[in-house]
Amino acid sequence: MGAGPSSLPMWALLGPALGSVLILLSSKRPNLREFWTLGASLFQFSIVASMVPVLLRGEEVVSRLFTMFPGIDFEFRVDAFGLLFALTASFLWILVSIYSIGYMRALKEHGQTRFYFCFALAILGAVGVALSGNLVTMYVFYEILTVSTYPLVAHEQSAEALFAGRKYLAYLLTAGCFLLAAIAMTYWISGTTDFQRGGIFKTGMASSLLLVTLFVLFVLGFMKAAYMPFHSWLPSAMVAPTPVSALLHAVAVVKAGVFGVVRTVHYIYGVDLMGQLGLGGFLALFAGFTMIVASLFAIAQDNLKRRLAYSTISQLSYIVFGVALLGPMGITGAMLHIPFHGFMKITLFLCAGSILVATGKKNVSELGGIGRTMPVTMLAFMVGAFGMCGLPPACGFVSKWYLGLGTLEAGNLLFLAILLISSLLDVVYFFPILYVAFFERSSGEESTPGGRKRVKEAPLTMVIPLGLTALGSILFCFPNPLTEMVLKLVRMAVGG
Amino acid sequence: MLSPVEHFPLLVVVLSLFSAFSIFLAGWVNRRSCVFISIGTLIVQFSMAIAILHRVLTKGPIRYRLGGWVPPWGIEYVMDAFNGYILVVLLFLATVCAIYSKRNIEHELPEKRASFHTIYQLLITGLCGITVTGDIFNMYVFIEITSLSAYALIASRGKIALKASFTYLVLGSIGACFFLLGIGFLYAVTGSLNMEDLSLLLPPFYGSRAVRAALVFFLVGLSIKMALFPLHTWLPDAHAFAPSEVSAMLSGIIIEVSTYAFLRVAFSVFTVDFFKGLPVFEIVSWVSAGAILFGSIWAMAQTNLKRMLAYSSVANMGYIMLAVGLATTATRPPWGGLTPAAMHILNHALMKGCLFLIAGAYIYKGNLWEIRDLQGWGRRMPYTSAAFVIAALSMIGVPPSVGFVSKLYIILASLETKQFVFVGVLLLSSLLNLIYFWRVIELLYMKVHEGEHGHVVAVPREEVPWSMLLPILILSSLCILVGLLWLTKIPIPILDEVNAMFRLTGGR
Repeated sequence: MGAGPSSLPMWALLGPALGSVLILLSSKRPNLREFWTLGASLFQFSIVASMVPVLLRGEEVVSRLFTMFPGIDFEFRVDAFGLLFALTASFLWILVSIYSIGYMRALKEHGQTRFYFCFALAILGAVGVALSGNLVTMYVFYEILTVSTYPLVAHEQSAEALFAGRKYLAYLLTAGCFLLAAIAMTYWISGTTDFQRGGIFKTGMASSLLLVTLFVLFVLGFMKAAYMPFHSWLPSAMVAPTPVSALLHAVAVVKAGVFGVVRTVHYIYGVDLMGQLGLGGFLALFAGFTMIVASLFAIAQDNLKRRLAYSTISQLSYIVFGVALLGPMGITGAMLHIPFHGFMKITLFLCAGSILVATGKKNVSELGGIGRTMPVTMLAFMVGAFGMCGLPPACGFVSKWYLGLGTLEAGNLLFLAILLISSLLDVVYFFPILYVAFFERSSGEESTPGGRKRVKEAPLTMVIPLGLTALGSILFCFPNPLTEMVLKLVRMAVGG
Repeated sequence: MLSPVEHFPLLVVVLSLFSAFSIFLAGWVNRRSCVFISIGTLIVQFSMAIAILHRVLTKGPIRYRLGGWVPPWGIEYVMDAFNGYILVVLLFLATVCAIYSKRNIEHELPEKRASFHTIYQLLITGLCGITVTGDIFNMYVFIEITSLSAYALIASRGKIALKASFTYLVLGSIGACFFLLGIGFLYAVTGSLNMEDLSLLLPPFYGSRAVRAALVFFLVGLSIKMALFPLHTWLPDAHAFAPSEVSAMLSGIIIEVSTYAFLRVAFSVFTVDFFKGLPVFEIVSWVSAGAILFGSIWAMAQTNLKRMLAYSSVANMGYIMLAVGLATTATRPPWGGLTPAAMHILNHALMKGCLFLIAGAYIYKGNLWEIRDLQGWGRRMPYTSAAFVIAALSMIGVPPSVGFVSKLYIILASLETKQFVFVGVLLLSSLLNLIYFWRVIELLYMKVHEGEHGHVVAVPREEVPWSMLLPILILSSLCILVGLLWLTKIPIPILDEVNAMFRLTGGR
């Protein structure tokens, strides 16, 4: 595979880096500040998108800055998989930026400069993770992502938010320590930390006990993937403003964790070694446990955002699960699920946010009749919910199809059963929301009989982004150039 | 005929000695002039230190014979890559602290300005002397000058600081006595005081008990001076009650220069051959691991910001000495030899210097000693508090800060020597750092008073004057920039030279 040196990855990171500084400088002028946010996001997306043709030609975009240790460079190496994640994160950042302008202003939130500043830094971290060429470079951005998200989680500054923030840091920075140990040991064993398809560990480099221990360290290190039993930081983090929950806790942060797991399995260990060590089955069972138990937890949640959070925990494990199947179909499904789940879950969160802004309601039980007052929002919500359950016409169907094929390919019916049970549970916790929204009456409606309720949507800056993400979720279910491109990138990443 | 640069080792020392007396005299006439003389001297010295380092790296060591007396009879000043590097670090932080001290001392000790700056210059004299000298007795003399001026500076605030200073005085004197005993033993065996001469005369006596006892005296004596756990007991009070720029110097430079003295004695006088078969460095590294954990845990228990930082210094001395302990066994570049230790000396000077100056800024503005008083000050002093966040993140070891680089290098060194326990200790300690620093950050920015929710009241900005803010901002930005610099490995050749000189990594 050809690889030409290029400065594109640096430019892609310069967008949010410069953006964050400009945001800080224009704290007194809200319009200018929001202009910088939008400008940075558009700039970043266009740079990331410009790398697509290069990748489709079968080349990689490489930019090597300097050598940190013998065998470790500070290096960006954009392959198809990394680009897919970067594209997802940077595109959704544009939409969420528009959305957050509406959200933050409608709720008259405090500390907006801090919010936009940290948001830009978090995206810098997420895209940096996506574009990194080795573990050490990735670690740098991974930690930036952790730290910059803290002020966003604790944004409300209430006792609850502060507690959530502490929990967030306690979990994720501890994980960071495990990850650092794992990276150092990887380097110690193999002398490199570059991502190479097929893995960097050769037979005879280390005992299998050491490799298994190291793998456990890696999995602990990527705690951002929110697998059970180390998931509880994610539902707590839902006290954050909704745009944060939407972009960071459905796309950037958690996907960075999952992304890391995929990188470890495929580019550090390699499928063969994983199979030899028996780690694939172990990881699949682990993920399967989370898929089902998190869904069960989700059923019990009345707070809409918390329910979505548990759904995220479950869905993230789909990705880990797909990778753990160690077959091309499973990996395809997993990789597809990263952007697809991103689009669908962000739709759901944006809907939750616009319900909050328009009506002030946070709980599922209060949503009676909301389908009539907020038709666009709830239609979009329906699309997202269908996708989560793996039903057409939303793109969740496509990735779940591949995951199902993956289980058959692995020849393991237990895994297929786990997948199907979990999908069924998704229906159990999503459809009641739709039922309440469209078929129940709101409690206030009986007192004022007769009059048709007027449509009362959230501001347009919020409705348009969530409509677009919902459309996107549908779009990816049908053959069109965009879907073709995504599929081609995934095929290239899988290497078939 | 010596070129001008070759006079600099002596000039660096003499200049601040003269400066001390001129400040004292100038203080009679005009008290305002004192600080400017002090800053001016330091800037000149700092430029000289850079010139020396440049010269040493390009043309090899400088040897300066005092009074033209030939060593081993006369005193000799030797500059090589190691003390060239230490001298630059030392004079940089000293300059920054001197700039900071202008307004802070006017505020805290308005009556004692002249004497403060006089003694401050004497402190610099001592520190520079320890660094440049190639004569072990001369080193002792400078250690005493440093310590005496440090006692005086710590006591300058009076009241409880007097007790802190007295504790330091007693323990420091014991340490100095041990050092002197060590010198005595070596002199009894070899009859020489010149370091290089000693290193040539000592090998036949490596098995001798007197020589081994001398090493133990040096180690214990200097461990007191560098506050290595469990001999750190003087440090927390001394750091907490001294004026903040003195705390910054104590924590960032003075204890590190004692480490330098130990390394100089260990590798220039005893040389690496002496330690073969002796478990000295193994013991040092285990003790240091204890220091890291102990310091971090006690830092968590503190309610006073400066005491918390002081215990953090105990932990950080542990980092440095742990790296020293690994220096003889980890030999692969770039993390082999003294590189991580020397690296952390600079890194710690930047981070902790910055943090103590910030603590001083809070005291200057609102007399805020206790951590809980800091609630909501993040908005009132935005620049200072932002600098605090950066320095604290650096202490925690978030990439790409200096703390991260040190941590990574020490971890790689421990992996090379297969000491997995130390990896665990380092990572645990960064989590403990997280706990005690985040408590402060949360108070500064996040915690709001009851009923203030959501609508933050506009608070007036109350930043410290520019001459205090500038040092803080310089140090905090260097926490990131120097971290990047280390990662690019640009300054590593200096330390490679040190390792080659001490035969720790097997040459370049």
